Amino acid sequence: HFGSSVASYFIFLRWMYGINMILFGLTFGLVMVPEALMGKPYGSLPRKTVPRAEEATAMNFATLWDFSGFAQYSVLFYGYYNNQRTIGWLKFRMPLSYFLVGVGTIGYSFMIVIRTMARNANEDGGGDDTSFNFSWKMFTSWDYLIGNPETADNKFASITTSFKEAIVEEQESRKEENIHLTRFLRVLANFLALCTLAGSGYLIFFVVRRSQKFALEGLENYGWWERNEVNMVMSLLGMFCPTLFDVISSLENYHPRIALRWQLGRIFALFLGNLYTFIIALMDEINLKASVLFLFTIFNRHMCKDEDFQQLEEEKIVKYNMTIWEASLYNGTIPENSTAPPIQVDPADVPRGPCWETMVGQEFVRLTVSDTMTTYITILIGDFLRAVFVRFFNYCWCWDLEYGFPSYSEFDISGNVLGLIFNQGMIWMGSFYAPCLPAINVFRLHTSMYLQCWAVMCCNVPQERVFKASRSNNFYMAMLLFILFLSTLPAVYTIVSIPPSFDCGPFSGKTRMFEVISETLEHDFPSWFGKVFGYASNPGLILPFILLMVLSIYYLNATSKSYKEANLELKKKLQSVRSR
Amino acid sequence: RCHGRGSPGGGSGAMGGAGSLLPREALGEYQELTFLGKQEILLAYKRFSELLPKEERENACSARVPKNQILTLPELRANPFQHRICRVFSTSQDGDDSMSFEDFLDMLSVFSDSATSDVKSHYAFRIFDFNDDGTLDRKDLEKLVDCLTGQGEESRLSNAEMEQLIQNILEESDIDKDGTINLSEFQHVVSRSPDFARYCVLQS
Repeated sequence: HFGSSVASYFIFLRWMYGINMILFGLTFGLVMVPEALMGKPYGSLPRKTVPRAEEATAMNFATLWDFSGFAQYSVLFYGYYNNQRTIGWLKFRMPLSYFLVGVGTIGYSFMIVIRTMARNANEDGGGDDTSFNFSWKMFTSWDYLIGNPETADNKFASITTSFKEAIVEEQESRKEENIHLTRFLRVLANFLALCTLAGSGYLIFFVVRRSQKFALEGLENYGWWERNEVNMVMSLLGMFCPTLFDVISSLENYHPRIALRWQLGRIFALFLGNLYTFIIALMDEINLKASVLFLFTIFNRHMCKDEDFQQLEEEKIVKYNMTIWEASLYNGTIPENSTAPPIQVDPADVPRGPCWETMVGQEFVRLTVSDTMTTYITILIGDFLRAVFVRFFNYCWCWDLEYGFPSYSEFDISGNVLGLIFNQGMIWMGSFYAPCLPAINVFRLHTSMYLQCWAVMCCNVPQERVFKASRSNNFYMAMLLFILFLSTLPAVYTIVSIPPSFDCGPFSGKTRMFEVISETLEHDFPSWFGKVFGYASNPGLILPFILLMVLSIYYLNATSKSYKEANLELKKKLQSVRSR
Repeated sequence: RCHGRGSPGGGSGAMGGAGSLLPREALGEYQELTFLGKQEILLAYKRFSELLPKEERENACSARVPKNQILTLPELRANPFQHRICRVFSTSQDGDDSMSFEDFLDMLSVFSDSATSDVKSHYAFRIFDFNDDGTLDRKDLEKLVDCLTGQGEESRLSNAEMEQLIQNILEESDIDKDGTINLSEFQHVVSRSPDFARYCVLQS
């Protein structure tokens, strides 16, 4: 009824749901459940306990909604996990599992996206015989098995839409244009789009700086808006800029399918810019705090003996504070040879080190939740309330609400597709730090499917100019692949270059996260395996291997081109035989 | 009206309870003359006699069912071509489009799985020919489009769209460029469609 392009969105949504289920299965089954069942329970270690200062508010709904309090100190986030090499009677290797699941989710996602692209490309190559397009639609589209009047109505609507689609295609292919005017208008439109993008980037930058200022002064002094400013601004930008792009694109006068691609491309650039500004700002925040404290340590340097600048300075301060605090337990004397037994302290009272991974994970979870809320509220207000208003106030209004402003809304394909893709990008980026993200996303997609389905059937009208969606979904897939690649860069960078927090998480105590692999090779595999692995990871072996892969890609590409040509020849022969 | 058929249709099961009123020779004849199998004919007989009032069920073979009764069948109820189908398959002399059992069997046979594409396209042509003049001219095509787009006002195509559509169809299918589509042109177009055989099927 609504055309094949709207249908393609829902098919895409369903496919994403399948992927997220698998990711959920991996993170839930191999990371969250083992730690919950076999790891040390809540309250046994400092990293697993809510600090004394926060205990009073830890169970409040507001705190839990914000994913602090008890939610923060649970299997949902990175910080809870212990760095014990094996846990439980199964000798489950928790840090190794965490690392491999993180890498595995990314690898699996790459594999499945590329496999789907390849499959779509295969189907696309079949091509369709359009010699009797209209006649076939006319004579053969009715399904004689339909016996139900409602189904028949839907079929009528879909046939009508299909006719209109075909007519639009035909008209577009015959259009004449005034080349110079069109070119000028297109250049103007692109210029306006660039201005919008630049403005949006600057706004995000400004808002994040402001939030850093608020954070330094302490968040308790500010109301709800200041605390959630960044999330709200990002969601609002995501809501209004696409509409702006839509208005700009009416200058360009493209075929609707091409206009959709430009629209998708611009919104893509918008969301990408926003997301990356957000990430950089977060990194900046960690570094800002660290650099401020670094300045303090310069003046306190006579108290710190070692000068290992590889660690974040903030951690050194905390470690120093912890030694002071321990000393205070021994009533003021700092024992040189501590032969006294360690005093039992409640884990809630132990001072904590900073845990930037949990912080990052929390930010991603909050962003996902606020994004979901914004989408649902937009549907309820923008579509449903608007439809109710138009339907019922039409009787007592001066002009015809259904045909003029505001009328019923159309289903916004580009906005929804991109929202889906960027949401997935956030999940991929954040699931290493917050194993609960795939679970949240599965729930979100599940409700989203039904809510949007209901909203489309109930409150939307088909677009005025329906057009046939392109045969395959490869355009969406290509964008998804690009986003996947970009999302994995931050996680890979942190695994390889940034030292993990010393006080929380499964990699605490190591200098780099990937050391868990070498540790496993040492302890769990026979020694010759380690040697073989050492030889295999020699750059002298890896570079020729990469060269070989590039050459084989080139060869396969060449053979596939020749197959396509042979295919076309055969098709031509078939056609000439048939029409004889 | 005997149209040759290919291989026999359904299996040779028992006679079936309700089919006991159908004489054996008639059953055999019907199997020869149509594309339906024994079970299908018996089932058709059962459905047909259910459409009749109780008194006439004894003589189902020779009774005629009025058009409005035929249209209550679920297969025809939602079909936009219901009236044309009744008109084409009815052999009634009075022009009231009532159907006898043999007309009914005829209809089911053409719409069955085993009917050939030739037979189907022949009858489809007759169904689409609204003014029964042996060709599909502009008026027929316009009526056809109106049937397909449903009865609502919003779903009808505008005049410009209709013009464009008919123009395109005639460009594609009208080989001798006389402004109408005759049977052989229609069969030429439709036999190349992958969807035709799939959709043009009724199952009881």
